[in-house]
Amino acid sequence: MSDETACVATPSQTAGPFFHLGLRPQPSGRAGERIRVLVRVTDGDGRPVDDALIEWWHAAETEENSGPAPDSQVAAFARLPTRDDGTCELETVRPGRTPDGQARHINVCLFARGLLRQLHTRIYFAGDPALESDAVLSLVPEHRRTTLLARPDPAVPGRWLFDVRLQEPHETVFFDI
Amino acid sequence: MSTRSNLSRSQPPLLYAPYRATVRRAPTKPLLRLPAALSDLEVPVYGWWPIGETDNDLTRQHPNEPHGQRIIVAGRVVEETGRPVSGALIEIWQANAAGRYHHVKDDHPAPLDPNFTGAGRTVTDADGRYQFTTIKPGAYPWRNHDNAWRPAHVHFSLFGSTFRTRLVTQMYFPDDPLLPYDPMFQSIADERARQRMVSRFDLALTRPEWALGFSFDIVVRGPDSTPFEERV
Ligand SMILES: [Fe+3]
Repeated sequence: MSDETACVATPSQTAGPFFHLGLRPQPSGRAGERIRVLVRVTDGDGRPVDDALIEWWHAAETEENSGPAPDSQVAAFARLPTRDDGTCELETVRPGRTPDGQARHINVCLFARGLLRQLHTRIYFAGDPALESDAVLSLVPEHRRTTLLARPDPAVPGRWLFDVRLQEPHETVFFDI
Repeated sequence: MSTRSNLSRSQPPLLYAPYRATVRRAPTKPLLRLPAALSDLEVPVYGWWPIGETDNDLTRQHPNEPHGQRIIVAGRVVEETGRPVSGALIEIWQANAAGRYHHVKDDHPAPLDPNFTGAGRTVTDADGRYQFTTIKPGAYPWRNHDNAWRPAHVHFSLFGSTFRTRLVTQMYFPDDPLLPYDPMFQSIADERARQRMVSRFDLALTRPEWALGFSFDIVVRGPDSTPFEERV
C-alpha cells in the first residue's frame, strides 16, 4: 500500500448473525477460585439480543490482592455467544484489582448484528468496598453507575447477574477506549 | 503522516437508520471516554487452540473440493503509522458460492455445500502478512429493506497486541454492483475509508490454472491511537 493511504484505518463492520462459524467460543482457562456471571443483553424494546458475542478479559488475582502481578496482569481472555434468551454465562477466575488500585472488574467487548462497531463496558461487583474509590466509576455520572454493577443472583448462590441494556431505560454505560 | 483529518470519518456511526437493526440496538447516550491510563487494554493475543494445517485453506477442510471459484486472499496488517502488526490472529467466515452460510439460522433457500464450512484462521508473519485460500462467496438476500442483497463479502476479525487494535470488518470485491445499495458499506462516510474495505484484483497473486488472487491490506489503530470519539 502507498504511504499516503497507510493511515486511513479500515472501517469496522458488524459481525452479523453468523459469526459463530469463525468466532468460536473460547473458554477461560486459568485455574483458581471460579466466579460465574449471568449476562443478559437486551435491545431498546427490552427484547433479548440472541445473536451477540461477548469477549471478556480481566486482571489476575495476585497474592495480596494489591500491587502489580509482574508476570501476567491478565488472568483471562474468553468469549461466548448469547443464547436465544439473550444470556450467556461467563465463568472465570475471580478478577484481581489492577496495579493502580481499580476495583475488581471484568472488561467486556460486545459484538452483534446491528452494531456497526463493537461496544466496551465493564462489570463491577455490588458491595465491593473498593467501588467508592474506583477511578473509572468516579468518571461515570452517579445515577448511571448501577448499570455497571453485577448483583448476587438470589436463586443461585455464587452466581452474579449483569444486564447489558443497549438503550434506555437504564442504558448501560459504554466506554470509548 | 497520521493527521487528524486523515483519521476523520473512517468509522461507521453506531446509529445508521438505513441499516435497520441499528435503530433499536445502537446506544443513545454518548460513549464515556476512558483515559488511556485507566484502560485495561492488554490481552493475550491468543490463548487459543493451535492453528491447524488447513485452517487458512478453506478449500481443503473436507474430503472433496467445494463448489465455486477458488480465490487467494492475501495482504498485510499494519497500524495507522504503517508499522506492520506481526503475530495478529485473523479469523474469517463467509457464505458459500451460492450465498448460504453453514449456519443453523441461515434459512436462505440456496444449496449448502457439504465440502465448505466457510471458516478460517491464521496468524500474521513478522512483516504483518497473511494469506487464505477460499472460494468466492455468493451474494445473499437479507430482510433489511425491500429486495435487499448483501454484496459478496468475507467477514474478518483481527486481534493485535492490545484491545485498541481489535477489529471486526468485512472484505468486499471490486466492481460489485451491489455496493452502492448496501447500507453497511454505505455507513462509512469517507470515500477512501470505504474503499479500504474493497479488495483489489491482483494478477501477481493469481495462481495460474488454479485460483484468482485478491489483495486486501488492513489498517488497524495503533496501541497509542486517539480514542474513537475524538476522530470527527
Ligand atoms: Fe455476512
